[in-house]
Amino acid sequence: MYTQGLDQKGQTANNRGTTESQEQLAAFQRRIDAEEKIEAKDWMPEGYRRTLVRQISQHAHSEIIGMQPEGNWLTRAPTLKRKAILLAKVQDEAGHGLYLYSAGETLGTSRDQMVGDLLSGKAKYSSIFNYPTLTWADIGAIGWLVDGAAIMNQIPLCRCSYGPYARAMVRVCKEESFHQRQGFDIMLALSRGTAAQQAMAQDALNRWWWPSIMMFGPNDSNSRHSAQSMAWKIKRFSNDELRQKFIDVTVPQAEFLGLKVPDDDLEFDKLTGHYRFGEIDWQELSDVIAGNGPCNRQRMARRRQAHDDGAWVRKAAQAYADKQAAKKAA
Amino acid sequence: MKSDDLLLAYVTRLGDNALVLAQRKIETVTLGPELEEELANANFALDYLGQARLFYTLAGELENAGRDEDDFAFLRSDHEFRNLLLLEQPNGHFGDMIARDFLFESFYVLQLEALERCRHAGVAAIAARAVKEVRYHLRHVGRWLVRLGDGTAQSHERAQRSIDDLWRFTGELFAADEIDRAFAKGFDGPDLEALRVQWQQAVAAVLAEATLKQPEDGWMASGGKQGRHSEHFGYLLAEMQHLHRSHPGATW
Repeated sequence: MYTQGLDQKGQTANNRGTTESQEQLAAFQRRIDAEEKIEAKDWMPEGYRRTLVRQISQHAHSEIIGMQPEGNWLTRAPTLKRKAILLAKVQDEAGHGLYLYSAGETLGTSRDQMVGDLLSGKAKYSSIFNYPTLTWADIGAIGWLVDGAAIMNQIPLCRCSYGPYARAMVRVCKEESFHQRQGFDIMLALSRGTAAQQAMAQDALNRWWWPSIMMFGPNDSNSRHSAQSMAWKIKRFSNDELRQKFIDVTVPQAEFLGLKVPDDDLEFDKLTGHYRFGEIDWQELSDVIAGNGPCNRQRMARRRQAHDDGAWVRKAAQAYADKQAAKKAA
Repeated sequence: MKSDDLLLAYVTRLGDNALVLAQRKIETVTLGPELEEELANANFALDYLGQARLFYTLAGELENAGRDEDDFAFLRSDHEFRNLLLLEQPNGHFGDMIARDFLFESFYVLQLEALERCRHAGVAAIAARAVKEVRYHLRHVGRWLVRLGDGTAQSHERAQRSIDDLWRFTGELFAADEIDRAFAKGFDGPDLEALRVQWQQAVAAVLAEATLKQPEDGWMASGGKQGRHSEHFGYLLAEMQHLHRSHPGATW
């Protein structure tokens, strides 16, 4: 998932003044159009490379930062089974981060560089993780809605034109779909539970619904990089198409849970077969992306703290490895 | 205590060690020094959580009073937990955690190896599974202790301090009480005195490779195995049990 910020920031393709001939670009496009996979050592336009590095690293950062809101309930999970499932999920996210960084590295940008960009604030991560997890039901809502939205975004990425990313996404998607099911399962247990548990579930849906549908990014008319990414087959569907699909799938699930989606304008349109929905508060999305969400500072502070606190450990490991290498050489 | 109660206490104690260490590890999720360590920590915590669930489920069966794993984890108070004091200490920094895991797991591997061979089928089965996990953990944390000890001057100093600080909790690992003796006698369980000798050798070898000094055996803290904990423990339980206890009888 977590690619929403892609359309918000970055440079336009090929602004470094590199010389890319029309022939090269046309040949590249022919490969894309023929659904060939582009591999790490293949020639590619700088803009393509840059777009992918931005998208893949943003995706990796989102996995890493996304561990925080869920990790927030690990110590308090209500049963040992739920605790184990949530821990496995958070661990999966670290794993996703790891192989996404590796996919990013195939494009010539090191993990250190990507992580450095996250820590300096230059690189973005999905704004959804700047919302707080206030109750256990939020863990259910994140799995159900946030991972559900993520899957909508990610399934098409398994067919992305860049081979290493597409292959990483196949594995990520399998795990995400397990995550989504466990989230729905939490919501199901709560909605069949006590009045207090039902209220907890409704409250979580109220808070997570709108941020979740913002995850697909701005409307197509306002999406800066969409057209080029579609032509390069990095992106297969537009933001609005994916958002609509998510809403169409999710509303009946909410009804099944006996929960009310917090949108008074939500209505099924028999003619189109789709749900019509209310106006999204785009100001909120820009605010959160600009750093003014409820948890932006908290999330970054924790990430920086972990990085800083670990510096002596990484140095020690390096010093030890150097000593061993020197011994071997001697 | 009757022999059934002694067996139940022994199995519950194994579960308590596993759960308390899992909970401490879980507290550090997202704070690892490196992404690979983040994965390792979560993985190890999952192993311990799995062991705790198995031991508690077995304890529930032995007791035969209708308690399940969650009743053991969430509905007992602090004095009913019989884990080692070493495991409930606050995490501290990375070196403290490595030292804690190293000192404990050097013992736990030996304990599990003995349990694997014991004459209680239920305990032996869990131990056979757990020992594979913990052997791997021990190799991992042992390597880290060597890196920290023989890394930079700063890491050496920190690792030494961690070992020194935690050493006083290692006496309890081998302090056999009625419960340990009953299991040793009744089921051919571990002889803690024999384990101590093996543990000292194993620990000394790694400390030497890590260029760390083995502390003198001085005063040793004890009480965890009898339900007398450190001040830190109440907070660990309060956090872990709060949600479960706030909704009595709820299904999650």
